[in-house]
Amino acid sequence: MSRKLLPALAASAVLALGAAACGGSDDNADASGDGVSGTIAGAGSSAQQAAQEAWKANFESANSGATVSYDPIGSGGGRDQFIAGGATAFAGSDSPFDSDELPKATQRCQSGGGDLAQIPVYVSPIAIVYNLSGVDDLQLSPDVTAKIFKGEITKWNDPAVAADNPGADLPDTDITPVHRSDESGTTANFTDYLHEAAPSVWTDDPDSNWPLKGGEAGAQTSGMVQAVKAGDGTIGYADASQAQDLGIAKVKVGNTYVAPSADGAAADLEASKKDPSLSKGSTVFAYTVDRTSTDPSTYPVLLVSYLMGCTKYDSADTTNTVKAYFDYVISSDGQQAAAQNAGSAPLPPGVTKEDQTAVDAIGS
Amino acid sequence: MEAHAETTSQAGQLLASASGGRRRPGDRIFSNATVSAAVTVLAILGGVALFLIIKSAPAVTASSVDLPEGKSLVDYIAPLAFGTVLAAVVAVIIAVPLAVAVALFISHIAPRRLANTLAYIVDLLAAIPSIVYGLWGIFVLGPAMVPILDWLVDKLGFIPFFEGPASVTGRTMLTAGLVLAVMILPIISAVAREVFAQTPRKNEEAALALGATRWEMIRMVVLPFGRSAVISGSMLGLGRALGETMAVTIILSVSGIVSFDLVSQSNPTPIAANIALKFPEASGIDVNALIASGLVLFGITLVVNMIARLVISRSNLQ
Repeated sequence: MSRKLLPALAASAVLALGAAACGGSDDNADASGDGVSGTIAGAGSSAQQAAQEAWKANFESANSGATVSYDPIGSGGGRDQFIAGGATAFAGSDSPFDSDELPKATQRCQSGGGDLAQIPVYVSPIAIVYNLSGVDDLQLSPDVTAKIFKGEITKWNDPAVAADNPGADLPDTDITPVHRSDESGTTANFTDYLHEAAPSVWTDDPDSNWPLKGGEAGAQTSGMVQAVKAGDGTIGYADASQAQDLGIAKVKVGNTYVAPSADGAAADLEASKKDPSLSKGSTVFAYTVDRTSTDPSTYPVLLVSYLMGCTKYDSADTTNTVKAYFDYVISSDGQQAAAQNAGSAPLPPGVTKEDQTAVDAIGS
Repeated sequence: MEAHAETTSQAGQLLASASGGRRRPGDRIFSNATVSAAVTVLAILGGVALFLIIKSAPAVTASSVDLPEGKSLVDYIAPLAFGTVLAAVVAVIIAVPLAVAVALFISHIAPRRLANTLAYIVDLLAAIPSIVYGLWGIFVLGPAMVPILDWLVDKLGFIPFFEGPASVTGRTMLTAGLVLAVMILPIISAVAREVFAQTPRKNEEAALALGATRWEMIRMVVLPFGRSAVISGSMLGLGRALGETMAVTIILSVSGIVSFDLVSQSNPTPIAANIALKFPEASGIDVNALIASGLVLFGITLVVNMIARLVISRSNLQ
């Protein structure tokens, strides 16, 4: 037995070594003449994941020598990895660098001889979704929304809800607000909306973890949608592209009620002001999303996500690839691909123009 | 004739050398292989424990301001540990009577052929991936539970466990406990079944001869004989329910509170579900805090499994 076993073991060891040797030689990127070449790695927001997949696929097929990877580890993790430097060339994040992180991120880029670039690239309307039999058109003002999610309004036929819905036949059903049980940029933007638009009711700070204890919760967008679908009288919030079979509430903007739309979200970002303390020069943009807009062409419940990179890296290949990738992402082709794959809203023209100046600064 | 004698003497020499200290290479390799396999298992267990301890150390020393929810590590993990234990205990309370009944049916009531088929099917329950149980729980069992939850709150609302208000989605601790019960049923019934079947035939026949009915015979002979098997099987099931992640994460509407209410929309978060939910977006010290909660879960399951082994070994001695 042992005499037969030994040669067999030896043979399989040789085979394994051979296989390992073969596996090591398949990733040398050869410049094919057209487009840029190089490998860049990014990490961050999982909200951007679907869009990043579309961008990566289209970008790599147009530039056969280029490889882009994106690790959806979460916005905070992406920003941390970018600051730490190393292999992470760019980050995706649902919020811009804060006042603590901004100097560190700038320093990371300056150590390579460049500057920090931070541009909004992904805009997505968030729908307030509900399931209430007999009510097809629900309208909500910010205060009523905040009171519902805080548990201060518990019945659908509450006078405050009725005041937003004149003529609607509201049933005597309990309201079950649903929130996300995982950490999420959608929650961060939704609580930011409640905090800004209903400051007297929603006193908690914006948070990517739902700040209140108790209540119905669902894991990730699919869990949220399933929970809202499963019960009668439920209300939640989700990416508008994921809200298909559910009731979608109209949100009070000024004196009218507005349904979520890509155009409305883009218009709201266009109307938003930059945060002067977190924006810098012509390459670092941080927007304070306008949650209290009164213009009925805007929809203020939206998620804005950023790309962060440097204007110069140690390797020229990396610099050129990042520049070309960012350039593609903000192009109308790139924004269209994201809209198709992730249901996002194409960037408004004014924001695209500013983004372009930042991208042009890369490598120059 | 001559050749035969030579072979015999060679065999004798080999035997002598084997017993006399110099061992043959085959024996040495075999012995080394088994020893290294055993050491590897210990090293993996020790390595996991070491990883948990090292990685959770920063969270232990960090000030509460930096930790998730701005609470001290104990205040952060205690409600999670409560959720873990509550879900597992609910599952065991539901699963044990069911598993014992199934085991008795297979070992003593059902005809041989039916018993074999049923035993096979019960074992098959253990082979279903937990994510499938989770999907079944959220799409089928949850909605089906809604009227039952309403009824419980209506009729038994005076018991704190059914205080309500009833969840409208059915994603409650009771639903999660039911799914966990189905998942741990196979291990409890398998352990119980094996021991019930070993009840001494003479004792059973003696009980019947004294005029006991079949139920009395089972109550007086089989159940006392199998009691420690039921206990140890339940502990193994409890161990599995404590660590179950995917099904609970999908089914349960978690919100990190401490509550014994099994039928409402607000439920405690078990440790494993909390890690699954928060880890993907966590960074920095939050990761260490999550790993620290994992260390607590590791400790709880270790203790439960050690108790189970202790009960089993003591019953073997008897």
